[in-house]
Amino acid sequence: MSTAVLRMARAGRYVVLGNPLTFGAFLMLAGLVTLALFGHWIAPYDPLATAVGPRLAPPSTTHWFGTDHLGRDILSRVIVATRLDLLIAISAVTLSFAAGSAAGASAGFYGGWTERIVTRIVDTIMAFPLFVLAMGIMAAVGTSVMNIVLTVALINFPSYARIARAEVNVRRNAGYVEAARLAGNTPRRILAVHIYPNCLPTLIVQASMNMGWAILSAAGLSFIGLGVRPPTAEWGIMVSDGSAFMMSGEWWVSTFPGIALMLAVLSFNLMGDGLRDLIDPRRRS
Amino acid sequence: MPASPLLEVSDLSKRFPVRGSRSLVHAVDRVGFSLQAGESVGLVGESGCGKSTLVRLVTRLLDHTGGEIRFEGQEIGAIPSAHFAHRPERAKIQMVFQDPTDSLNPRFTAFDTVADPIRHLAGVSERRLLQDRVAEVADLVRLPGELLGRYPHQLSGGQQQRVGIARAIAVSPQLLILDEPTSALDVSVQAVILHLLAELRRRLGMSYLFVSHDLNVVRLITERVMVMYAGRIVEVGPTAEVFSRPNHPYTRALLSAIPTFDPNSRRERIRLPGEPQSPIDPSPTVCRFFGRCPEGFDRCAREMPALRHLGGDRHVACHLLDRDHDGEGPSE
Repeated sequence: MSTAVLRMARAGRYVVLGNPLTFGAFLMLAGLVTLALFGHWIAPYDPLATAVGPRLAPPSTTHWFGTDHLGRDILSRVIVATRLDLLIAISAVTLSFAAGSAAGASAGFYGGWTERIVTRIVDTIMAFPLFVLAMGIMAAVGTSVMNIVLTVALINFPSYARIARAEVNVRRNAGYVEAARLAGNTPRRILAVHIYPNCLPTLIVQASMNMGWAILSAAGLSFIGLGVRPPTAEWGIMVSDGSAFMMSGEWWVSTFPGIALMLAVLSFNLMGDGLRDLIDPRRRS
Repeated sequence: MPASPLLEVSDLSKRFPVRGSRSLVHAVDRVGFSLQAGESVGLVGESGCGKSTLVRLVTRLLDHTGGEIRFEGQEIGAIPSAHFAHRPERAKIQMVFQDPTDSLNPRFTAFDTVADPIRHLAGVSERRLLQDRVAEVADLVRLPGELLGRYPHQLSGGQQQRVGIARAIAVSPQLLILDEPTSALDVSVQAVILHLLAELRRRLGMSYLFVSHDLNVVRLITERVMVMYAGRIVEVGPTAEVFSRPNHPYTRALLSAIPTFDPNSRRERIRLPGEPQSPIDPSPTVCRFFGRCPEGFDRCAREMPALRHLGGDRHVACHLLDRDHDGEGPSE
């Protein structure tokens, strides 16, 4: 057991040192998680308090990222928004991971009607441009954090279902599955204990790559007014708030939350790339 | 010979539907044979002749499309394979797979792999009893105890196959089916594993159904041999007799292909011209070997030869033996 951990650690060190991008992404993610957990204490001002400084003040030593049209401190708002954005993305990805991989795995294993139903659902979702579908759903069900999570989970469902189905399908007739049947395992146990754990690495990589996209979807919905409501601190809304002032030269209102959003998405994607390399060296580019 | 054989297969068929048509692939076609308790029987034939399908029918991993499988006098062929996991016979029929890298779960340690059938088929769940039994089985297959905590990729090919054998014998089966257990191994390891298998049979009194296309291995480890061609059994007999005096032209061709070490005994190699007949909807009135058979004659295209008793313990499915008796001339 300890040798396995040691091997993993050695492989991890190899990938991290041989791949500074992944290492950078890892550090950035660690920073984001810290902000998400302790942002409320780190933030220099109350993110919701108005007129903590002059309105639309440019970045300065007292307000590093400047202030917005209500005189709120943008740095504090960017920091505090991390928790909400990550929370939405992680909940949505967890949900679609669980539901999508369970449905896909059953489809790939049982075939027949189960497979037909799952592939029809997946095809139906994929028939829409996914973001437009999300917009439609949010417009219909109303804006709340719960609804954002469910909607983002729904539009990510197909990717997990498809991967799980394909991964289970190639293993369905593997020798160790036949052996498990000979050993008296029930079909459900074979799927849950013998096949599914072997599909996890691919699914985890997908989840990590998907996380950035989930953040972007959530922020995008908020940006167009179908997500989190103001005055909540959230990157998408902040970019949207600031967009009105871009033309008049107050660039900092949109730019800093936009950069935060970009960095979060970028680091999740780079992390996903690194994980994929770690798990499947053959696809290393 | 005892009255009731351990395994008796009669008229067993497996036909797979061909996707997008009404045709059927006749993978196993009306096969019948029996196996006595304690006996070791070989099953030989070329790739794609239906060996693997036949053993998967017998192990009840696949459902047949016709015929009977009797185990200890009990008909088990009609039980759907999905329900067979709960039958008492499940523990009595076990199998060793061809490729240990494919047949061991990469996320299971050797211990977990061997403990799996003990948990489910012998109902042992207490940790200590489980450990005792696994250690005992590992000892039988000479797998060092410290390797039990390892994952398959940390084991050599021979060690992996020992784990596979340990898993199969963990619940003390009466019939062990060996599906080319050595073909994925190095030659040096093959010999060790074969000796282990021979020893295990002596010690545990199991019956073997040994599938292989390596005829030298079959000669070494089996008492009786069945030759399969295109889904049918064409010859059955005591291994020594079949090897020294093959009756079926296919058996002769197969035996002539065994490489020898003696450069002086340049045996005539029988080359089989052409391709095997398609297994999709084959004609029921033509011998499967007709067209490739160097000695085929007109009757072979009119009538499928049945497996007939020749005297002794030998059976063959070929019209040539009649021709020699009846004096019916060849078609040329």
